[in-house]
Order: sequence, then C-alpha cells, then structure tokens
Amino acid sequence: MSELYRRFGGGLGTLFLALVGVWLAGMVLAPNVMMIDYALRPNLPPSQLGGPEDVYSLDNILYLANEGVHRAIFFKTVWASALVAFITFLVCYPMAFWLAQHATVNQTAVVLLALTIPFWINEVLRTLAWYILLAFRGPLNAFLLSLGIIDEPVRWYGDGGVLAGMTYAYILFMLFPIYNAIESLDKSQIEAARDLGASTWRIHWRVVIPHAKAGIATGCVFTFMLAAGSYVAPALLGAPGSRWFTEIIYNWFFEGGDWNRGAAYALVLLVLCLAVVLVTLRIARVSLTEVAK
Amino acid sequence: MSHSVELDHVGVTFGTTRAVDDVSFTVEGGEFFSILGPSGCGKTTLLRVIAGFLNPTEGRILIGGQDMTPLGPNQRPTAMIFQSLALFPLMPVWENIAFGLEARGVSKAERRKKADELLKLIALEGYGDRMPGELSGGQRQRVAIARALAVEPQVLLLDEPLSALDLKLRQHMRAELRALQKRTGVTFIYITHDQSEALAMSDRVAVMSAGVVQQVGAPRELYDNPATPFVATFVGETNALSCTVKGIDNGIATVETAHGTLTGRAGDGLTGGVAAKLYVRPEALKPKGGANRLAATIERIDFEGAFALAHGVAEDGTPLVASIASTELASAPAIGEKSGFGFESTNAVVLPDV
Repeated sequence: MSELYRRFGGGLGTLFLALVGVWLAGMVLAPNVMMIDYALRPNLPPSQLGGPEDVYSLDNILYLANEGVHRAIFFKTVWASALVAFITFLVCYPMAFWLAQHATVNQTAVVLLALTIPFWINEVLRTLAWYILLAFRGPLNAFLLSLGIIDEPVRWYGDGGVLAGMTYAYILFMLFPIYNAIESLDKSQIEAARDLGASTWRIHWRVVIPHAKAGIATGCVFTFMLAAGSYVAPALLGAPGSRWFTEIIYNWFFEGGDWNRGAAYALVLLVLCLAVVLVTLRIARVSLTEVAK
Repeated sequence: MSHSVELDHVGVTFGTTRAVDDVSFTVEGGEFFSILGPSGCGKTTLLRVIAGFLNPTEGRILIGGQDMTPLGPNQRPTAMIFQSLALFPLMPVWENIAFGLEARGVSKAERRKKADELLKLIALEGYGDRMPGELSGGQRQRVAIARALAVEPQVLLLDEPLSALDLKLRQHMRAELRALQKRTGVTFIYITHDQSEALAMSDRVAVMSAGVVQQVGAPRELYDNPATPFVATFVGETNALSCTVKGIDNGIATVETAHGTLTGRAGDGLTGGVAAKLYVRPEALKPKGGANRLAATIERIDFEGAFALAHGVAEDGTPLVASIASTELASAPAIGEKSGFGFESTNAVVLPDV
C-alpha cells in the first residue's frame, strides 16, 4: 500500500485504490451477495415483499435436494464436466508436449495460429458449426456413411455432441497452461531418463507430468469450471436426455419466473465448483496463486 | 574389463554444417579418455552420437565390438552425465540414483538398498531422503555420478560435468573422478574444453578442432610432440616463430627465422623449403644458455605463484613468453633489460604451416 503511494503519489494512488475497491464491491461482492440474498428468500408477489412471509430460509436449496430429476442433472453435470476436463487433457497433453519439446519455431507458430483462429469467432457460432457438423443429415454422418463405417445415420446430439463441442471450445484453456509448464522442462531431464533406460510412458509419468503438474491442474480447473457453467453447448448440442444444470437455472429465471429458486440453484453450483477446484488443487499440491499465474 | 568404444569413420552433418568430420578412434576398455577442444568443435555432438541421442550421418559406433549405431540411448551400455547434471528435482536423492533400476523393474526394497550402497560410495551416506535442491553443487555432482553408475554401465560419458563448479571444488572433483574411475574400472569418455583438466585426468586425449580429430595420444605425448599447429597452440602455452625450413638432418630441422638460424625437432610431414613454424614452450625458454638464442627486451614479469611469466619482445616485434620458476626469479633479467632467451633444439618442434 505505502509502496503504491510512494510510486504514484497521493492522488493517483488513491484513485487506483478506489478503482480496485469499486471493482471488488461492484463486480464481485454485490452480485454474489444479491444472489445469496435471493437464494435464501421465498419467491413472493411484489405486494408481499417485506411482509411476514418474506423471511430467510433454506427452502429453495432443500427443493433441489428433494427434487429427484434436478438432483440427478446436477450430479450428472458435475460428473460430465470432470469428464470434459479429462478428455480435453487427453487431447491437449500430447499436443502440448510436442509443441513445447519437439516442434520448431515455425511449426509452433503455425499450430498456435491454427488453434487460435477459431476463437476469433463467437462461442455461439462455433458451437453452431458443430451443430451443423453433427446434424442427423449432416457432413459427419454423410462422411461415415460414404466410408461404410456406419449403415445408417447416428444421432450425435446428446452426451456425445455436448462432450465434443465442449472439448473443442475449451482446448486452449487446457493447452496453454500445460504448454507453458512443459516448455520450462529442461530437455536434458528427458534425455537423462531415456539414457537410464526409461520407457516413454515412464518418462512422462515420472518426469514430465510431475514437472507440469501445476499447469495440468490449472488447465483442468479452468476446463471444469467452464464446462460446469456452460450453457451454449448443451443447449445446442444436447438432447432432452442430456440436460445441463445451467439449463435448469435458465429455466427457473426465464421460464419458471422464480428468480429465487434459480439463484439458489446457481449458488449450489458455485459452491460445488469451488469445492471441486480447491480439492483438485489440494490433491495436486498446487496453490491458488500458482493457478492465477 | 569394461567395453571398448570404437568410432568408425563417424560424420555428422546438420543441414549445411559439418559438425563432425570422418572421426575414427578407439577408446580401450577401462580407459579414462578425454575429448578436448574449444567450444563448437563438435565434441559434444560426438558424445551424443556415442550415447545414442544423435544418429551419425555416416559411420558406425561399436561398443565392446558390437555395432550400436541402430540402437537408442536406452539400449546402449552407456550412461551419460549431463553438463546441467539433469537430476530430477522432484524426486528425493535416492529415487534419483535408483531411477535406472526402477526403469529395469527392480523392486523398491532392492532399489533403496542399491541407492544406499552408492550413496556410501560417493560419501553421501544418509542423504538419500533429501531433495536435489537441498544439496551443494559438489554433492549434486556426486549424485549425478551415482545415478549413472547405478545402471552399471560399461561406458560412462561425461559432458563437461565440472564446468559449473568453482576452482577448488573442481580440482577436488577431478581427483575424485579419477579415483572413482580406477576403482570401478568403467570406461570414461570425458568432454572438456579445459586442457589442464584433460591433461591431468586422462590416460589418453583426443584433441578436436572444427569437427576433426587433430591428434589422439597420452597427455605427455600431446604436449611434447604435437602433430598439428592447432594441438601445439591449444594444448598448453607456446611461442610460435615463423620460419622457412632449410634442411632436416637426423630429425633436427634447421630453420631460417627473423631471429637468425635456429634448430628444433622436425615434426610430422616436414620437408625442406616449406613455410613452417617453430614452437617452443615458455618453460623451455631460459634467460641464459641454450643452443639457440633469441634476442629480446623484457617488457614485464607476471608473478603467478609457483612461477613467473617473463614477457619479452624480439627485435622484429614478435612477443615471447618465458616461464621462470619462482625459486630462480632472483637471477632473472630485469624489466627493460635487453636480454634474450635460449632453448635447446630438443625442446622445440617445427611443424609445417597448414
């Protein structure tokens, strides 16, 4: 704090502090406090607001606990988000390793550009592209039919479609942290392991992955949170059988008209995500500040 | 007896760069063999070829008489000690040492036992559960050696492993490496750009320059009988005097220089009439006496401890350096004195210019 004043002087220093304060209060604290406030109060018509029935309770949260379908969708969302993180990791790790340890400067530039270009387009449009690709009479089915791999078109929409769309959408969030982590690994460590007779599998398990642990944990945490909070991919690529918890929250807000229950559902999702993130970081022995880097 | 290593016309080309050019020599089993050369001479490339990290563009590598060229580094009976040591920072010391055994499927109890044995060998008993980051430079050095020895290699390849250590520790580790090599009998191939390191430790040395092996021989042989001008100037200090060969008689060449007619031993390939250089070591130049005399003025005397270097300038401006033992410094010529240096013919060598 004194460092800030010393460097920028009284006026500018105070301005910076005020801006940070406004940011924290207005963008972080206020929305969350309001969400908690909404979540703990019953959904009442305007005339009864502030009346005798407008008291704090856990009713909205208990509703989720007792509603079998919603509860199942909630856990499925958590589980599927973890699966998305895992699949994204499987896709990204070999690529990140190759980019960080083997690719030439030119190869790296081309690959990173190719991976970044799709992200110049809006997420909805990107997902829409998958919607077209995976359509019942779409290009993927036509291609597989022409190769004779399948005899009749497959319905891709549903769990498979959601997984594919999300993995695609979050690749960069996994790739860059792992790439950065592996890039800092001294090549001679890999050579030393190989020289001592280690197989490729053992080199990765004992040398590369432990070194890249912070990057892997960061990528998984990012991907998990993005997947759990995703709305577009499940809405477009999902089927009635693969509903996402975010869709339920959306429905409470905009179709059910019950903002309080929607806020309660969102709160539960937030708390759960937070728990998963903290547990993951604890398991990987990575601190939150390392992730922020 | 450990395996020998034979390089058979090995060449390595990177794009348009010729890193190693037609190198052939044999390292005997159980020998301490050094490859000495300035940075960029191709010595590390050569070591990586022997280890199997790099395929030679042409030629073969034989270890213990068997062709290793198509085999990867994990299939060769070699172990390498990297310049950066490349210890695994996230594994405790004992797991580092036992990593090669782990890769060979040895049980954990056995690995721990072997690691403890090796820790005793390198005088680091009880350090097994520390992390590499908690050790000093010299201790890490020894752990790297133990890790390489754990897989019981026939040949140990060392890529300038002492270069990061300070002078005292380096001298200590030199002696330790030498003793370890004698005790284990493993063939050592040691890369260095430090000529005193190579001369002090090795049974034999190969001197490399620009991808070519200039000379292979015992340290004494390289120093006394350099085969090429590069070896003469790179290994140890020397004074080089341009000359023309007038005649060779019984191995002694008579040459014409700006300092008059001088004599020295004729080197390989020297013929009459060619342009050549006469090389004479600083310690062979004496202030008094000698069959050959060079007139010079003493410019300064640098005291180095055991000896002093007297820098003189010949009449034509050629700088000359003579080494004078500290015990004889009292009778040495004074600065500014128009004195001179003398040397015996047998202490100088004449090599044709290339």
